[in-house]
Amino acid sequence: MSTNNNNNNEKKVVLKVENLRTSFFTRRGEVKAVDGVSFTIHEGETLGLVGESGCGKTVTGLSLLRLLPEPAGKIIGGEIILDGRNLLELSKKEMRNVRGRLISMILQDPMMSLNPVYTVGDQIAEPIYQHQGLRGERVWEEVISALRLLNIPDPDKRLRDYPFQLSGGMRQRVVGAIAMSCHPRLLIADEPTTALDATIQAQYIDLFKDVQRKTNVSILFITHDFGVVSQMCHRVAVMYAGKIVETAPTEVIFKNPSHPYTSALINSVPRLDRKVERLYSIEGQPPSLMNLPPGCRFAPRCPQAAGICHEKEPGKKTIDDNHTVSCWGVE
Amino acid sequence: MNTMVEKSKNLRLQQRTFAWRGQVMKNLSLIIPVTILSLLILSAIFAPWLAPHDPINIVMQDKLLPPFFLKGGSMKYPLGTDQLGRCILSRAIFGARISLAVSLVVIVITAGVGTILGIIAGYLGGKVESFLMRVTDISMAFPSLLLALLMAVTIGPGFWTVVLALSILGWAPYARLIRGETLKLRSADFVAQAQIIGCSPLRIMVKHIFPNVVNSLIVMATMAVGMLILAEAGLSFLGVGIPPPHPTWGYMVNEGRSFIDSAWWISTIPGILIGLVVLSGNFLGDWLRDKLDPKLRQI
Repeated sequence: MSTNNNNNNEKKVVLKVENLRTSFFTRRGEVKAVDGVSFTIHEGETLGLVGESGCGKTVTGLSLLRLLPEPAGKIIGGEIILDGRNLLELSKKEMRNVRGRLISMILQDPMMSLNPVYTVGDQIAEPIYQHQGLRGERVWEEVISALRLLNIPDPDKRLRDYPFQLSGGMRQRVVGAIAMSCHPRLLIADEPTTALDATIQAQYIDLFKDVQRKTNVSILFITHDFGVVSQMCHRVAVMYAGKIVETAPTEVIFKNPSHPYTSALINSVPRLDRKVERLYSIEGQPPSLMNLPPGCRFAPRCPQAAGICHEKEPGKKTIDDNHTVSCWGVE
Repeated sequence: MNTMVEKSKNLRLQQRTFAWRGQVMKNLSLIIPVTILSLLILSAIFAPWLAPHDPINIVMQDKLLPPFFLKGGSMKYPLGTDQLGRCILSRAIFGARISLAVSLVVIVITAGVGTILGIIAGYLGGKVESFLMRVTDISMAFPSLLLALLMAVTIGPGFWTVVLALSILGWAPYARLIRGETLKLRSADFVAQAQIIGCSPLRIMVKHIFPNVVNSLIVMATMAVGMLILAEAGLSFLGVGIPPPHPTWGYMVNEGRSFIDSAWWISTIPGILIGLVVLSGNFLGDWLRDKLDPKLRQI
């Protein structure tokens, strides 16, 4: 994996997010769900976006597609540059043409993301029909090749099935086939393995890697599970309360986590090779995104917090080429 | 060996008849209303061949004859005659034509308009929804009978007046129902999925939401058959329905009103028919609702 990381610098950048800020304007005030997030994803690379529930991972994913719940959600600043084009400057119609064709997304619950009244084939055909301008037999060829890409057995028969006739794992593959049907540049996967059981989960991760190898698609993998991260991702971005606190290649994150939050997260994963009496957990709750503390957002829960941590927000520090962190404790 | 085969065959046959009988008993609430409604629709279609007499032909010497099973009745007029000597059976058969035509046309109009407005309001939300739902509220609060009377007076009674009078407010309950269903579906993941693959709002409404509300729509439309026949009968009873001499069930009830103590059959026979259709529509609607509910459906 380390060779892969070193190559990343020379690889083409597919997505560059610069200082993205997304807020929800509610009756009780502004909720800063994503507050100045920046990251890049290279061609054929998987970036893991890790964090607790409610830290803004999913909102980041939806912001990339500009599909925030209206009218409360708004992108108020930053840039989303996909292959050199700023998505925030596109019209609604141009943006629809990006969705499904250049960026695709897989939602969490495969049971719910398929329409119960259409066959699997019809649903995979929908993006092909809309974006590739194909009609008739040509559409079905593409549908079958999408089913093949996701290793779905008997594609000619499966495409006539209704969602309720398929198992959970098979449904999740169909959702994957819909997402990959137009060969997108970027795939956003929002906790796609959470609703699956452990054995299927492992299979599904292998499948994703296989798809990535075949298509060279870039993946933004949103998850809260460090176990999945270690198997799936090339690089990791750790998110806390709307900000990315640390970015590093996967092995560096595990070996040498620099932000106290990252190490706390890694420590709270149960491990077979270490005997501990009690599983580690982080004290306290994440701050309310409506009423953020003045200094570092993690300071109230941080075991190493010093005076300055409560007063000023830490800037981004570069440890080496691929490793950045926002913490006062890091020199 | 042969007898055993024979025996098991017999047994299977018995079981099959038994199962068949069980099926019939279980679906009685479907079979009866479907039979009644199809008989009525057939007699409406084939009215000119089925009716023994001309429904508007006045034969004064035969007036107020009772049905055949009463003293003085005959098979010449199986269900008797009214105060002008017109055959009640023939009038009932021809009346089915107008009553069913009115309700079908009104259902198509109201269900169509209500569904379109309901999906738009439910999916787009915001100001569009507020506006459409306030219009719906007003329509539901307005006394429909009053409006119908007003329209009959201003544009004159007739088939299309009745249809218009029943449609102009009748879409509101559909809009309400479909908007509710759409609200539920709008937050469903498969709608999000449709947005993710780049569907336009119009395409999402037509292709992804509409097929999922069709069930409720069918149930409501079936239930409306009875209601509309009742409403049409009400309008005819008040004299603002289809103008005489064309027979409608409601008008027949109205005509027989003054003879109710001497010739009860004039009002009662169309009254029974109205009751049967209303009940059949409701039963069929109930059955469809149970059948189309995916939670109750066995796969």
